[in-house]
Amino acid sequence: MTKQMPGELTRQQHLDLYYYMRLNRAVEDAMVKLFRQNKIVGGLYSSLGQEAISVGTCYALEKKDWIAPMIRNIGALLVKGVPPRDIFMQHMAKYDSPTKGRDGTSHFGDLENLHIVSPISMLGDLIPVMTGVAIGGRYLGQKVVTMTWIGDGGSSTGVFHEGLNLAATQKAPFVLILENNLWAYSTPVRRQVPLENLADRAKAYGIDSYIVDGNNVVAVYNAAREAVERARGGEGPILIEAKTFRRLGHAQHDPAEYVPKEMRAYWEARDPIALYEKFLTAEKLLDAAGKKAIDDKLDTLLAAEREFAENSPMPPPEFAEGGVYCTGDDCHKIRAKWERPIAEVTPPKSSVKAVWNVPGFGSGKGSGGADAPIHFGDTPQLVAERPANNGRPGKAAAKPAAKNAPKKAKAAAASASRKGRR
Amino acid sequence: MAGANGGATNGSASREAQITFLEAIRQAMFEEMERDPAVLLMGEDVGVYGGAFKTSEGLLERFGWERVIDTPISESAIIGAACGMSYLGLRPICEMQFIDFIVCAFNQITNFVAKGHYLWNAPAPIVIRGPSGGGVHGGPFHSANPEMYFVHTPGLKVIYPSTPYDAKGLLKAAVRDNNPVLFFEHKFLYRRIRGEVPAEDYTVPIGKAAVRREGRHLTILSYAAMIHTSLEAADALAKEGIEAEVIDLRTLLPIDEETILNSVKKTNKCLVVHEDTKTGGIAGEIAALLCEKAFGDLDGPVLRMTSLDTPVPYAPTLEEYFLPNAKKVFAAAKELARY
Repeated sequence: MTKQMPGELTRQQHLDLYYYMRLNRAVEDAMVKLFRQNKIVGGLYSSLGQEAISVGTCYALEKKDWIAPMIRNIGALLVKGVPPRDIFMQHMAKYDSPTKGRDGTSHFGDLENLHIVSPISMLGDLIPVMTGVAIGGRYLGQKVVTMTWIGDGGSSTGVFHEGLNLAATQKAPFVLILENNLWAYSTPVRRQVPLENLADRAKAYGIDSYIVDGNNVVAVYNAAREAVERARGGEGPILIEAKTFRRLGHAQHDPAEYVPKEMRAYWEARDPIALYEKFLTAEKLLDAAGKKAIDDKLDTLLAAEREFAENSPMPPPEFAEGGVYCTGDDCHKIRAKWERPIAEVTPPKSSVKAVWNVPGFGSGKGSGGADAPIHFGDTPQLVAERPANNGRPGKAAAKPAAKNAPKKAKAAAASASRKGRR
Repeated sequence: MAGANGGATNGSASREAQITFLEAIRQAMFEEMERDPAVLLMGEDVGVYGGAFKTSEGLLERFGWERVIDTPISESAIIGAACGMSYLGLRPICEMQFIDFIVCAFNQITNFVAKGHYLWNAPAPIVIRGPSGGGVHGGPFHSANPEMYFVHTPGLKVIYPSTPYDAKGLLKAAVRDNNPVLFFEHKFLYRRIRGEVPAEDYTVPIGKAAVRREGRHLTILSYAAMIHTSLEAADALAKEGIEAEVIDLRTLLPIDEETILNSVKKTNKCLVVHEDTKTGGIAGEIAALLCEKAFGDLDGPVLRMTSLDTPVPYAPTLEEYFLPNAKKVFAAAKELARY
């Protein structure tokens, strides 16, 4: 196990990470009970043992940033500010749920306030979508970063590759978290991907990647924080592989008997919450009274949230009809929020000489690769500056963003081994 | 081509110019991008090259690299990225270099884009457009009419125009619509027909069919290139005393039931003509609609004149045999008129 580094996190931030991991687990524990009482309509998926990833990565984002969670990222939803009742009601198909019973589980979003894009069950599709949000945000001058998650299994879909390739060619401010939990339903990762490190996927797109211990929330946070800053700074997309283990079956129905006992035991001894609790206690950031206060807070909160959810009605049958189309301004006022002068993207300022300007391109000196000095005509500012160190570890602290927080950069370097670009 | 110009004029405008179908599409994109900086264009070779058919010629010069984006050959990524952009209030237009390739993005369109509004209240105002249809010897992968895959998907709108006037007006309407709109451009029409379009801004409403020719003996329902074939057949039928009413569906989803039913209630007979293959084509859907809502008005069976249930073959002799033509439409209409 990597030794946990305090980094530059404040005491409150440490406690936030702890609280959200505990909340994540408590929400899921409550849902297991609801499932056993037949109050959950469909399947129930678990992120037991993976809480550090959802929480640590999402906690690295700013409020304006966009996320698109997958099925095992309830922790990210909670960090973003989704109330537990919404998650309960989604699973219970209640009328007060965000989708009013039209979809379940974590399949919901919020375009207006929380900036959450709803997933679909087909894996990988969020990658080009969040690439689009990233490009769109850049176009509007919003300086937002987008983040989504994918599993080891989902990293083999075609759209994973199409999406990451587009993100890389566009230098989209996008961070992809690859949760390698070793199992895609019943198939072990080595039967899906012939790579030891799935972070190596990034090499194919000329983007940087990190490998991080997914059960160490501080390591996850530090890697995500650095990736988010770099993406926001114009360095393009970054892939983070978080190594972890799916402690339960694919969903509640699956006893996961195909998982070897030793493997389960190995990972159960590395529970991310237990590890973090030990760390916080040793660092004197949390004591018995503090823990008790969090226990009580969670009990009270979840009892109320659960009560609200249980009292919500099922949707009226006829609600199945309608709502297929947006009917116009009365339904949705669709307006882009410009945070740059519109004059920059309208003629005459937007007008360009439409020719490729490619010094050295095709000269046989490797100029077709990621470092080819391709300028898009007369708007070279669109091509972000590459870091002088070519993305290798060690020099990150010299970058302006990291300069302000040297301790944190050091912590990231210690806890997350960086993969070079090539 | 018979009827092309007649169909293109809608009357009112002051200074009208004769332009090609392709130019109408280019103008629609140009004017929408001029009107609204939230409108972008993405696709393969749409920028410097101006599109494989030159539908986006000049757009990059005017609107720049951020608004006219040459993408990798990744249809799913194009649609997915457009969907993501639309969540920020942008209105991207995606070009499929040939509409045949739209099926590479099938999941992204049918599961992500189409279902968003119903499921989680997320409209995706994007336009997906590209050259479709046969008759130009493009072979099985450059001649497709894949509209019905999408007409079967709630949440999408599907447009397939037949005239420059409609192409321009409907494409503008599609860009301004808050829903994902698929816009099929029959490539046989690109440079073969010309029509008048008004100088000023206009739109054509989505979901409204147009009566291209009035008649009382039977109704021919069609769309896209087959409108021109149907009008040619109608001229020949008129010489034999059969007055066919020709209706251009223009929008396939949502379909204009009212115009269809009104016409069939008048003529009592209906022939549906389309270039799409027969099984699962919109003709079957229209036949079912007429059975449900106009059964008592029908004096004969609803007939279908469509392409064969095969892939689009390459050799000119085979493709001509495969496609409907004015002669075949004429024969089918004559048979129907006998009832």
